[in-house]
Amino acid sequence: MFASPAASDRPWPLPLLRFLPLPLLQPILTLIGTQVAKTQPDVFLRLGPHALKSFIIDPTDLPFVLVLKPKPEAPSLSAWRRDNAPYSHARIAGTFLDLFDLIDGSLDGDALFFSRKLRVTGDTEAIVALRNALDDVDGGVVESITKAFGPLAPVATITVSHLRRLGGRGKNHE
Amino acid sequence: MNDDVAPRRPELVCPAGTPASLRTAVDAGADTVYCGLQNATNARNFPGLNFSPEELRKSVDYAHARGRKVLLAVNTFPPAGQFQLWKDAVGIAASAGVDAIIVADMGVAAYASREYPQLRLHLSVQAGASSPEAIRFHCEEFGIRRVVLPRILTVAEIADVHRQIPCEIEAFVFGNIGMMAEGRCSLTNYVTGISTNMDGVCSPAADVRYEEDADGTLTTRLGSFVIDQYRCGENGGYPTICKGRYGCSVQSEPYYAFEEPRSLNLSALLPDLMRAGVTALKIEGRQRSRAYVKSVVAAFRLAVDGIMAGEEPALTDLIALTEGHKETQGAFQSKSWR
Amino acid sequence: MSGARTELTLGPNLFNWAPERWRDFYFRIADEAPVAVVYLGETICSKRAPLFSDYYEAVSERLGAAGKTVVHSTLGETASRIDRRLVSDVCERTADLIEANDASAALFLRGRPHYIGPLMNVYNEETLRFLASKGAQNICLPIELPFAAACVLCAVAASEKVMIEVQVFGRQSLALSARCYHARAHGRTRDTCRFVCENDPDGLVLTTLERTPFLVANGVQTLSYEYLNLVQEIPALKAAGVVRYRLSPHSCDMVQVATTFRSVLDGTLATGEALARLEELPIDAPFSNGFHHGRPGHGWTVPNTNVRS
Repeated sequence: MFASPAASDRPWPLPLLRFLPLPLLQPILTLIGTQVAKTQPDVFLRLGPHALKSFIIDPTDLPFVLVLKPKPEAPSLSAWRRDNAPYSHARIAGTFLDLFDLIDGSLDGDALFFSRKLRVTGDTEAIVALRNALDDVDGGVVESITKAFGPLAPVATITVSHLRRLGGRGKNHE
Repeated sequence: MNDDVAPRRPELVCPAGTPASLRTAVDAGADTVYCGLQNATNARNFPGLNFSPEELRKSVDYAHARGRKVLLAVNTFPPAGQFQLWKDAVGIAASAGVDAIIVADMGVAAYASREYPQLRLHLSVQAGASSPEAIRFHCEEFGIRRVVLPRILTVAEIADVHRQIPCEIEAFVFGNIGMMAEGRCSLTNYVTGISTNMDGVCSPAADVRYEEDADGTLTTRLGSFVIDQYRCGENGGYPTICKGRYGCSVQSEPYYAFEEPRSLNLSALLPDLMRAGVTALKIEGRQRSRAYVKSVVAAFRLAVDGIMAGEEPALTDLIALTEGHKETQGAFQSKSWR
Repeated sequence: MSGARTELTLGPNLFNWAPERWRDFYFRIADEAPVAVVYLGETICSKRAPLFSDYYEAVSERLGAAGKTVVHSTLGETASRIDRRLVSDVCERTADLIEANDASAALFLRGRPHYIGPLMNVYNEETLRFLASKGAQNICLPIELPFAAACVLCAVAASEKVMIEVQVFGRQSLALSARCYHARAHGRTRDTCRFVCENDPDGLVLTTLERTPFLVANGVQTLSYEYLNLVQEIPALKAAGVVRYRLSPHSCDMVQVATTFRSVLDGTLATGEALARLEELPIDAPFSNGFHHGRPGHGWTVPNTNVRS
């Protein structure tokens, strides 16, 4: 019921995520937000005044978007249907894998942008600040997040590398 | 051994916008990393970027523990009445133990050489010292030990400059290539009210807008002025005024009046630069990501080491990281660029 | 505040005018314009300098005879051998006053009285004091320096016996380059330019993709499309202690421009009336004054309503 009608036309399938009902996704997203807040407080310092803004992260090959509000004391990450997403200051759109690697610091945002694989609208300064803040996380945000899964961390790590392999990408693009 | 013929081992000077980037650069083989503080005292004063004094101190420790150097760029022009911020930056650099500061403003240079005579001074490209006389003036007045040359000279001219100045030369080999003489460009300020010289920002993100229409045509805007448009599928660039497309009475179509969006890549000229007497090879891009720093630094490390071992330069493909996905050797190859 | 008499100056001609036109322009300035100082010399492109050199002496003498102080301005961007020779020739052979526009000229001029041009980046009191210690007597401030900073510099300059000069009229120099954009527009390079810049007495207008006039190319220089006009700000500049007011030459009637500004400096013409007179000039671009007010350089700010401290 959450699959977008155009889903079957999309070139790169992420079957699991595509059919995942948003209510199931939400606890995982909340965990991610809490984990980043706990382990990477410097990210919020780097954001400065932009920490009070909201960002839409739009994986164009999935039927939902993520809304990030990186408020230091109460960061939140939530999933929304694309047409229902609340107002936000800035939107960054690209394929799930490009966004994933960008957020993780393993792809260069400028390079993605120059090749038109990334679309940026709204408050450009806030997006630049977010990109720079996330880029300062050693080992990448994703590694930091997978640790949040506690005993399931190895499963999370395997899932991540599986996702990357599906997209034809290793962590370092060897 | 003839110094004029054999290439000297150059210092690879690499950018870092964040502490994580600095560690990435060191781990990827940088001899030296340059960075800036989180304010207008450096020419990459972008949101979310740069170092707190505490981060700078830790980063210097990280680099020194591995035998590498850290330079702090204090390379903007303090407006009258606000000089204290720049004095503080010089003091922070000295107490963090950086290996040199990179200065542009004569007042900052005079202050640093007077108050911190032990602190090594490099002359920033922002000082726009493009002739031996201009460089000598700074060397003699402020004790400058190294000059970062503007990207407007051919390799032959660099060799000529080298013979006429009493300090080391650092030359750009990769990254963004600005068309205007550095430290003397008010284009951004004319459009946005933010000064590249005083505020340390070129094309501030807050004034940048990307507009994509239904056909997929991307319009890039700085303030109220359209800088460029890209058709669907065409590689894009950041809206920098000197890389925009404009019309004029003697061109039938809009054209890149100053320069196309593309990046400098001198990897093929490395042996020539090393023979021309260049002490340090500089990679531009403090505003770029760790991923960029890692790829570019590793590629140049490999190339430089190969040349020193007597091999042909190993040229890793870096085109994906360049603006507009186009490269140029800019002014370095021949005068026809001008 | 300052008791010093204010003076109008005529900045160096930035454009490539035909030699006779160049000569006749300055002859008329000598005869008719109420300016105290005239800057002569090529500041943009060393290739142009020989074009008017035949008339240089005659012009210089005529201006001197008319009671004007003649100051020789040096090149803004010095890199090639020709550039460097031009700067060293001017500095070493001229006993008259010289205005340095880059650090290479400063090397030759240190230790003797000289002027500092607006391309020299004097942004703060430390730089001003340093250059004063090297012999600088007159400093023309960078075009983008806001009024608040200019006020601080005026106060320091007074104690250093340095005169502060501010450009108040004409297109604003926004950038210099090693590449010639006039030649590029004509599909040539700087070495093969054949002096195509001579076609545009006020520069070559560049418009955005929306056809908004934006910038002006003048050889290696990029200027604003809009003309700086600080006539309304004259009272504030005077009160701050600015001694000299620079008019940058254009093809419009510079004698009329000078006469209008002189009247405002003398207090015999209201700024509103002066502005109305300047608006009657056949200039096909709007006026701007943003930099003075700490705003974007383009656009017009009505003084005293939106002044930033």
